[in-house]
Amino acid sequence: MANSYLEFERPVAEMTAKIEALSQMGSSAGINIAEEVEKLTLKRDKLIEETYANASRGEMAQLSRHPDRPNFLDYVPLLFNDFQELHGDRAFADDAAIVGGMATFHGRSVMIVGHQKGRDTKEKIKRNFGMAKPEGYRKALRLFRLAERFDMPVLTFIDTAGAWPGIDAEERGQSEAIARNLMELAVLRVPVICTVVGEGGSGGALAIGVGDRLFMQQFSTYSVISPEGCAAILWRDRAYAEQAAEALKPTAADLDALGLIDKIIPEPKEGAHRNYEEAARAMDEVLLQALNELLRMPVDLLLHQRQQRLRGMGIYN
Amino acid sequence: MSWLTDWMNSPRKILASGKKESPTPEGMWLQCPGCKETLYNKELHGYLMVCPRCNEHLRIEASKRAEFLFDEASYQEFDLDLKPADPLGFKDQKRYKDRVKDAVKKAGNEDAMRNYLGEICAQKASVSIFDFAFMGGSMGSVVGEKIARGMERAVENRCPYLLITASGGARMQEGILSLMQMAKTSSVANQLKDQKLPFVCLLTDPTMGGVSASVAWLGDVILAEPGALIGFAGPRVIQETVGEKLPEGFQRAEFLQEHGLIDAIVNRGDQRDYLSMTFRHLMQRPFANKTL
Ligand SMILES: [Zn+2]
Repeated sequence: MANSYLEFERPVAEMTAKIEALSQMGSSAGINIAEEVEKLTLKRDKLIEETYANASRGEMAQLSRHPDRPNFLDYVPLLFNDFQELHGDRAFADDAAIVGGMATFHGRSVMIVGHQKGRDTKEKIKRNFGMAKPEGYRKALRLFRLAERFDMPVLTFIDTAGAWPGIDAEERGQSEAIARNLMELAVLRVPVICTVVGEGGSGGALAIGVGDRLFMQQFSTYSVISPEGCAAILWRDRAYAEQAAEALKPTAADLDALGLIDKIIPEPKEGAHRNYEEAARAMDEVLLQALNELLRMPVDLLLHQRQQRLRGMGIYN
Repeated sequence: MSWLTDWMNSPRKILASGKKESPTPEGMWLQCPGCKETLYNKELHGYLMVCPRCNEHLRIEASKRAEFLFDEASYQEFDLDLKPADPLGFKDQKRYKDRVKDAVKKAGNEDAMRNYLGEICAQKASVSIFDFAFMGGSMGSVVGEKIARGMERAVENRCPYLLITASGGARMQEGILSLMQMAKTSSVANQLKDQKLPFVCLLTDPTMGGVSASVAWLGDVILAEPGALIGFAGPRVIQETVGEKLPEGFQRAEFLQEHGLIDAIVNRGDQRDYLSMTFRHLMQRPFANKTL
C-alpha cells in the first residue's frame, strides 16, 4: 500500500522517494550506493524526528487523524488473542462505528471497545467514519455491563471526530446515550483503562473514555471541539484552525501538563502510522502494567479512587 | 459545537431595541419571538417572561427564576466564591480573561451558574440554575464544580436536587477541562442515586452540546419548558452534515417528548406546584388526604 503524506511531511516523503530510487539503482549498479542509502536513511530518520518534534498543534491534530494511522481493528490482532466481536445494542441496531467484544490479553479475558474509522472508502461509509450514533454508545454500555457481570476488565480505544450530528441520532437521544455512559462508567465495578489512539473528539470520545487510567499515544489529540469547529465559532472562519489548535492545547503533552492523563505512550519515531507493530508493542507494555496495578486493588478502593479522580477535575479560583 | 452561533443567529433571539446583548433590559419594549407582538418588558416580568398571547417562554435570568421558584424568603445562594481561572491562557480574537470580565459585567454573576438551597412549596431542595447571560451558559470548571457542590448539598441536607439548564454546551475556552466537567458531574450524580435522593432536571431554552450530553439527561425525572431547543448537535451543524431539510419542530421540547426522550413539558407558571409534587412522590412524603 502506498503511503500517504500530510503537507508538512512532504520533505520526509521526498527524501523517502529519493532513498527508494537510489536503492533500486543499487541492486543493479552496485557497491557505493549502499553506503549512500544508509547515510540518507539516517538523515531521513533525523528529519522525521525534527518534523514531528517541531510540529505545530495544528499539524499534531492532522497527525492524529493521519490517513495511514492504525485503526482500532489494526491493533486488535497485535494486542489481543481470541477476539470475539459482539454486535448490537439489543434495541435498535448494530453501529459499526464502535466495535466491541471479548478478547484475551496476556492470558486474561477482557472486554475491548473502540471506535473504528475505517480504512478504505467502502469501510469508512460502513463505519460512518467512526462517528457513532446512540446505538453505538448503547452497545458499548451493554458490553461494559456484561464485563462487570463477569469480572472482565474493560479496555477502550478512542479514535473519533465526535458523535454523529444527524437527525436520526438526535431522534434516538444522542445526548442521553452519551450521558448514561459517563454516569455508569464512573461506577463500573471492574478496572477501566482508556487510551486515545488517534483523534479524541469531544463527547463522542468521552462516552467510552471514563475510567481508572487515561493514556494517550504520543501523536494523538484530545479536545472539547475540533480546531476547525472552534475556528468556525470563535473566528467565524474554519481557515483559522491552526490558531484554534494552538489555543485549545489538544496534544498528549498538553493534557499531560494539565495532569489529566496518566502517561504518554511513546510511538515509533516515524509515528504509529509507519510502524503498527512497534506502536502496538509500546501500548502493550503500558496497558499490561496498568492492568496489573488495577487488578491488585480491592474493587471498592478502585471505585473510590476513580470517583476522587473525576471529582477533582477542573481548575478555578 | 456551533449550535451557539446557530442559536445566536436564530430568529428566536430576543429583539430588544438598541441593546441586543441584554436579554431583559428594564423598561423597554420587546418583540415576542413567537407571535411578534410588541410587549412591555416590565409587564412581561409579571408573567415570568412568558408571552401572555402565545405562551412563548422567553429567557429569564437565573436570579429572577430563583425568585419565583422558591417560597418567599426561604432560600439562600451558595458557592459565590468560585471564579473562573484561565488554565490554558486561551486567546482567540479576544482573551478569555477579557471575555470573562465582560460577562461578569453583563450578567452580574461570576460564572454561568447559581446555586441555591431553599423551599419550593415547603419542600426543601438544592437547586442549580444555569445563567445563559454569562457566555451562553457554557460549562467550564466553575459550572462543573457548582453542579458537584449542589448535588453534594442535596446529600448533606437529605433533600432533592434540581438542575435547571440553559446552556450552549461546553466552554471551549477551557479546552479539555470543560469536556472533563461532563465526566465529573455525571460521576457525582451517582451519589444522589446511591442515597435515593431525587434528581430532577428541568431543561430550558437552549440545552445543547456538552451540558445536554451529561448531567441534563441524568435526572430521575426530566422535564422541559415549552418550545425549548434541546439536543446534542446544533441544528445548523446537522443541516450542513446531512444536507437535508430538518423536520418541523426539530429538537424542540415537543419533538423530544414525541420521541420518548423527556417525561413532561411544564409551563413556567406551573413549575412550583409540579416540582413540589414530583419531590413528594419520589420522597414518599404523604400528601394531604383528599376528601371525597
Ligand atoms: Zn408571543
